[in-house]
Amino acid sequence: MSAVLLHAEPVRRRPNYRRRRILTEAACLALGAVLVFWTLAPIYNMVMVAFESHNDIFTNDVWPAQPSADSFWIVISQGYWYLEYFWHQFGNSVYIGVMTVFFTLAIASMASFSVSRMRIRNGWLLTNAALLTYLVPASFLAIPFYRIMQSYGLGNNVWSIVAVEVTFATPYAIFIFQQYGRSIPIELDEAARIDGASPFQVYFRIYLPLMAPALVAVGTYALLLAWNEYLYQFLLLSDKRSMTVPVALAQFLNSDESPWNYMMATAIVYAIPPVVVYYLFRGRMTAGLTMGGVKG
Amino acid sequence: MTTASVFELGRPASARRSLLRAWRGSLQGSEFAWALAFCIPYVAVFVAFVAFPVAYGLWLGHQPSLYLELFDDPIYQQTVVNTILYLVIGVNVKLFLALLLSGFFMRRGWWVKGLLMIYVLPWAVPALPTFISIHWMLNSQWGLVNNVLWDLFQIDGPGWLDTSRWLALGSVIVSYIWKNMPFWTVILLAGRMAIPQELYEAAKVDGATGLKQFVHVSLPLLANLYVVCTLLSTIFTLGDFNTAYFISGGGPALSTHVLATLGIRDAFELARPQLGVAAVMSALPLMIPLVLILMRKLRTSEVQL
Repeated sequence: MSAVLLHAEPVRRRPNYRRRRILTEAACLALGAVLVFWTLAPIYNMVMVAFESHNDIFTNDVWPAQPSADSFWIVISQGYWYLEYFWHQFGNSVYIGVMTVFFTLAIASMASFSVSRMRIRNGWLLTNAALLTYLVPASFLAIPFYRIMQSYGLGNNVWSIVAVEVTFATPYAIFIFQQYGRSIPIELDEAARIDGASPFQVYFRIYLPLMAPALVAVGTYALLLAWNEYLYQFLLLSDKRSMTVPVALAQFLNSDESPWNYMMATAIVYAIPPVVVYYLFRGRMTAGLTMGGVKG
Repeated sequence: MTTASVFELGRPASARRSLLRAWRGSLQGSEFAWALAFCIPYVAVFVAFVAFPVAYGLWLGHQPSLYLELFDDPIYQQTVVNTILYLVIGVNVKLFLALLLSGFFMRRGWWVKGLLMIYVLPWAVPALPTFISIHWMLNSQWGLVNNVLWDLFQIDGPGWLDTSRWLALGSVIVSYIWKNMPFWTVILLAGRMAIPQELYEAAKVDGATGLKQFVHVSLPLLANLYVVCTLLSTIFTLGDFNTAYFISGGGPALSTHVLATLGIRDAFELARPQLGVAAVMSALPLMIPLVLILMRKLRTSEVQL
């Protein structure tokens, strides 16, 4: 180690070494500033418009002239006809998200337990089916999916959305669970089996607790997937009461008189929960995602 | 199932048992039942919501006349060009910048860490709110972009979304990069972090610094990951509906549709689901090789870093 350091730092420093370091640091700061502007511009715009009054939107200001939080109040109190069912729709989004997380985790963990721990024959077929689903773009299946949902009698039903989100979240979940499961020694399962545990007990008492970090990562992923998805919710939910927030928001956008400040306030209220969840579970989720990505 | 049992009847009991064994593997009786029960939910989801829709979609789009009609349609031709530009420029610029920025985020220091927290925001915020925001930013009269242009340089900005096809398509691509670059930067950053520090130290001893280190150490080790990212991202982008739909909405004059949005438009606005499916399916010649390569790569190779 010390030998390496000796080589790394020549005894006689070049005279411009300090200046170069300062220049590098300055360039990095400049790049950082550019990145902050680039990243925050659309988000700033969202906040700015939300804090403007209706008349101020149609001006050339880049700063709200008289900032007020009225728009947020209108959204929270459902005080505009487009926002009539806001909390109901918000509840639908939450319901879909929670159900998606639950079913994704249950279905995917059971399937991966069967394939990689119990080593069911031909389990590779299931793994491949999951991988294939992961690679089929969801939007490409929207048209047949829509018609099939109508024939299953699930049109305008939030459960159709849960089915969609679970379908597209489980493949990734299976992928991650199988990767993560390799780090858990199979001897644990065998020991429990010898002690007389049934396969279900092994799954429930040994596999699931040990998989907790992967469950958290995948659960966060599934929640954000369900929260972010728009196309299927737009196609399958048309009733104001079964609708979710993004669908209502887009309807807002397509109406003739667009009250942009209300719309942006709605957008911000809608965007806060996933951002909070994301930052809470960021470390774990990044680990999970990179497990999938890096193992690529 | 029935044919198998008829087939088995004619065999001696021992052979029947071994056939059963071959199917069940090493699992015994109730264990096999459990293993099967654990699989059934996923198999049911797959059959009901993947296999069946895919088969139904293939059936909907099986008529050759649909494709002839599509290829004659100037809107479809424009859409194909748009999709290719979107994929080639969007994916590659995004990933190249992500590769460079992942190197930047390897720097030590508290402010770089803090900056990373801000930088991942576009990925954490749901797509729809930010795309609506960008859509309004690009409004030619009241949008933030043109307001800033006027305040700083006293020039009237162009109508980004409603005058020219190329401006609108460019806006879509830039928005796409804005939204997706953070995710891939984080992936590539993790790839870089997995490179053992000793390699850099050894390279330093041999006199490699800066650019040389990047070319001879980081790049070869990241190459495989980078290729996987490119392929994966190409597939995801091919299916990306939200960006084009909310930024330009396909306008002006339907000139900036991509295949994903055109398919939905044909199916639901024109009420011609067959045509919509055909539009989407015309991407299969590009998609199938990508999927095959990726399935091999994701299944077999583990990137050894």
